[in-house]
Amino acid sequence: MRPFVYERPTSVSSAVDIATHADTGQSPPTAANTQFIAGGTNLADYMRLGVAQPERLIDLNTLVEPALRQIRIEDDAIRFGALVRMSEAADNGDVRRRCPLLAESLQFAASGQLRNMASLGGNVLQRTRCEYFRETSWPCNKREPGSGCAAMEGFNRQHAVLGTSDACIAAYHGDFAQALIALGATVDIEGQQGRRTLAFAKLHRRPGETPNIETDLAADELITAIEVPLAPWSSRSRYLKIRDRESYAFALASAAVALDMDGERVRSARIALGGVATVPWRASAAEDTLKGKVLDEAAARAAADVAFADAKPREHNAFKIPLGKRTLVRALLETRDMKG
Amino acid sequence: MNQAAPAPKDNQGDPVVRIDARLKVTGQASYPADITTANVAYGALVTSSIARGKVSKLQMDDAKAVPGVLEIVTHGDMDNTHKPKFGNTGASSIGPLHDKTIFYDGQIVALVVAETFEAAEEAATLIHADYEDEPPSATFESKGVKVEPAAGKSPMLKEDAKAGDFDAAWAEAAVKIDEKYSTPTQHHNPIELFSTTAIWQGDQLTIHEPSQNVTGWKVELARQLKLDPANVRIISPYIGGAFGSKGPMTARTAIVAIAARRIGRPVRCVVSRIQAFGTQTYRAETRHRIRIGAGKDGRITAFGHEGWEVTSRPDPYVVGGTSATARMYNYGSVLTHVSLVHADRNTPGYMRSPPETPYVYALENAMDEMAVALGMDPVEFRRINEPEKEPIEGKPFSSRSLIKCYDQASEAFGWSRRDPKVGSMRDGDWLVGMGCATAIYPTAVAPCAARVRLTADGAVRVQCGSHEIGTGVRTIAAQMAAERLGVGIEKISVEMGDSTLPPAPVSGGSISTASVCSAVMKACDAVRDKLFAAAAGNDGPLASSANAKLDMADGKVVAETGKSAKLADVFKAMRVGAIEEYAEFAPKGSSPEALSKLYAGQPEFHGGEGDKDSVKYAFGAEFVEVRINRYTREVRVPRIVGAFAAGRIMNTRTARSQLMGGMIWGIGQALHEATEIDRRHARYVNRDLQDYLVPVNADIKQVDVILVPEVDHEVNPAGVKGLGELGNVGTAAAVASAVYHATGKRIRDLPIRIDDLID
Repeated sequence: MRPFVYERPTSVSSAVDIATHADTGQSPPTAANTQFIAGGTNLADYMRLGVAQPERLIDLNTLVEPALRQIRIEDDAIRFGALVRMSEAADNGDVRRRCPLLAESLQFAASGQLRNMASLGGNVLQRTRCEYFRETSWPCNKREPGSGCAAMEGFNRQHAVLGTSDACIAAYHGDFAQALIALGATVDIEGQQGRRTLAFAKLHRRPGETPNIETDLAADELITAIEVPLAPWSSRSRYLKIRDRESYAFALASAAVALDMDGERVRSARIALGGVATVPWRASAAEDTLKGKVLDEAAARAAADVAFADAKPREHNAFKIPLGKRTLVRALLETRDMKG
Repeated sequence: MNQAAPAPKDNQGDPVVRIDARLKVTGQASYPADITTANVAYGALVTSSIARGKVSKLQMDDAKAVPGVLEIVTHGDMDNTHKPKFGNTGASSIGPLHDKTIFYDGQIVALVVAETFEAAEEAATLIHADYEDEPPSATFESKGVKVEPAAGKSPMLKEDAKAGDFDAAWAEAAVKIDEKYSTPTQHHNPIELFSTTAIWQGDQLTIHEPSQNVTGWKVELARQLKLDPANVRIISPYIGGAFGSKGPMTARTAIVAIAARRIGRPVRCVVSRIQAFGTQTYRAETRHRIRIGAGKDGRITAFGHEGWEVTSRPDPYVVGGTSATARMYNYGSVLTHVSLVHADRNTPGYMRSPPETPYVYALENAMDEMAVALGMDPVEFRRINEPEKEPIEGKPFSSRSLIKCYDQASEAFGWSRRDPKVGSMRDGDWLVGMGCATAIYPTAVAPCAARVRLTADGAVRVQCGSHEIGTGVRTIAAQMAAERLGVGIEKISVEMGDSTLPPAPVSGGSISTASVCSAVMKACDAVRDKLFAAAAGNDGPLASSANAKLDMADGKVVAETGKSAKLADVFKAMRVGAIEEYAEFAPKGSSPEALSKLYAGQPEFHGGEGDKDSVKYAFGAEFVEVRINRYTREVRVPRIVGAFAAGRIMNTRTARSQLMGGMIWGIGQALHEATEIDRRHARYVNRDLQDYLVPVNADIKQVDVILVPEVDHEVNPAGVKGLGELGNVGTAAAVASAVYHATGKRIRDLPIRIDDLID
């Protein structure tokens, strides 16, 4: 690990100031020479591996604004401060009751120790765990633009089948983000230019020709809060995560599902897919097929086929297409059978 | 008694608590990289990112400019040392800094030494190697591999086992199967990382490094560095996960020693998790073709087992598990053949039950297929083929309790509740499957020395250069001394893991309990003889019981007449304060030079199939239940039951722990564990614990271990069969059988993953 300057600001505005005045140039935040750190479960790992080499770290754990650490349950929304730890949100009784999907997506992620450290703001910005991205001895367009993609023709069992490009097939491995995109969350952002609120669905960018640019954020911008609207589908919601082992593994496929039912018929469905796409993945077309339908296994299968219609398999990850479909079918049926 | 401390049955010792348990759980046990030493400098390895070619140039200017960098050891710097040797003490013949040739991905190209670990690591990342690279051959079908017969290339496989006329029996068999199986590359990932700390005092070298073979390493390191072995000391008091990974010494040890000599300071090098995948040994990738032919009555008439194993270009590492599979059942005829496939890979090495894990997996998965083909219950199929004698040379088994193991395990498991029809058992959305398989491990023993000192207060010190690799051998040696000398376990201290102690063999092959206990027993008996002679001598406190049989109990010498004398009184009569005996144990059938070879770090192994009078194996039977989701097809293992018979059990607590750990590893081998290789580059891609999966607590639900009583006086004086490597043999086949039972899909390539079960 290289030496770096370590800053400990006490307010969001001073954190943004430091990031603004450091010479960040035009780099995307992940390549900027100044970076924010909260739980550090992802960034510290990548710094040790030489994947991230910031010259300056701005530690957010010293920020004093109380809202950053609060979970507020309102009538029509749940609002999470960005420094709330994953375990705090997962264990919150109101979150569990009002929107099981949110709690489950956190509970099934990482390990107990990691959930105790990792912040929600950092969690949604976690970078891919692509094996070829993680090790600097391989070419990687995301890590080193233009160097090529070793995963494309390499060992790509973990890789994405949706949202891929000719430059990158790295999967987005987070779980919480699937809940957020399904539920139509927004993020509050603060930066040099002021404050803004962004739909969570617009936060992440597909790789396209620039897989090194992962989000809509500028290098001086900080997520301060995440807001999840509460809606008729919130309580009938769940996260199904399928993985090689029972705990502490990334999703091979996952499905975030929330349903608003009118008897046996679907009034509205919310669906996101994890483990199979390059970014948090809302399956809007699949949602549309369910509208007004009786949710039986056939309808669930039809929706799953639509969700994966554009999937592009590589040598080792073709199984993710049938697995992703079956995961969605199972999640839809299990969510249907929940008490609304 | 509780689940962790099973009540001892016949010929089983008490579940004595590990004597070092408190030290370990309170963090007071010092592992080799924990040892503090003054003025230590830190080393970081630089490893290759190609698998085949040559290093044309190392660009080191940026690294040298990092503040705190003291030295960079690279090609040329080892020229005055001998290259490593491949064998039981040496992991590979490749001397990475003796030669600019790259033989495999992750080969050491330099060692950077700096004032701090951080500086060394940073400088290591700044060294850039220019290569003349060549297309590598990664594995079995890769272009450019060299295939050769394995037999005779290594002591692990002198010849291919065969018996009878296989071809004729195969041609005539009424029912037959002919299938291929495979097991993947697997890497050791002990939580204690690999490390070397080298300290010179004049021409005396001390190495602190986790080792399963301190005597062998002392001799081999002295050879490499051209030192008198008396000037080399290897210290390894505790080991955090060994399983063969710390058995053979790797090239790093000498490189770190040379670095320490050059800078005139101690050097510590802890190898990163990623670099351990290239610099340490691993379980070889294997493939198998199994042919089983039988009559309609289920009696096997023909058994054929062909194996292929990947190894490095220069070294003939042989897995060679056919010697066990060829002796497992009462085959009418046997044909085996093992081939080595030389590729651009590091030399493989030992990993818990190295031959049996892959080879018995293939056999047992095939046995289940054959039972299906015969329409026979798989337990019954094994019962029918239970041999009187082993089929290759017709020798008897010194003891064999396999059927007892099947009976006890199947009853505890509830096998009778299994509906044999495939896919017939369900629990809601979960398909239920049940399977079983045989575990086997050869019982070996090797020469061993030990020193035992008893003082008048009843305190005992046991010294033996064996290794506490987590098995509990230190506790078991204490139990043996406590039993023979009639004192409480709290009176015993045991010193191990230091090459200055009486030599013990490598802690491998599950020989330690038998070898160490036999030596400790012999030393204790020599102490007893001295005490008895003095106690019953003319001036002794038991002079009146001169002809009576004597024993030791409760800190006294006890005569069968009922009279006894306190130890202090016997010592008084002898006018001594301590009795110390040094004993050398050599197994039956040892060569005349067996003991001198022990001191030279080349212990002879005896037992298994190699003895003249009988073959010696421990057996077990394992039963597994799997649950597979009908939609998403993930496999879960809610319970596993294993029954094992292994002669005298010294300590039911440590025995259960070993067998339970083995079965858990077996579940990992069945469902999780594999090192993935990028075939284009012959490079490993999942080099960390995030992507190299082993079971976590949530994967392991109910694990039941049954210790089946067995008495075997033939194996060794202690009557002990090693069981450290028995538990993970067969497990993966039991899981594969259960998966078949649940789904009708026969998976022959490990690990079994969702990929294989979904469509």
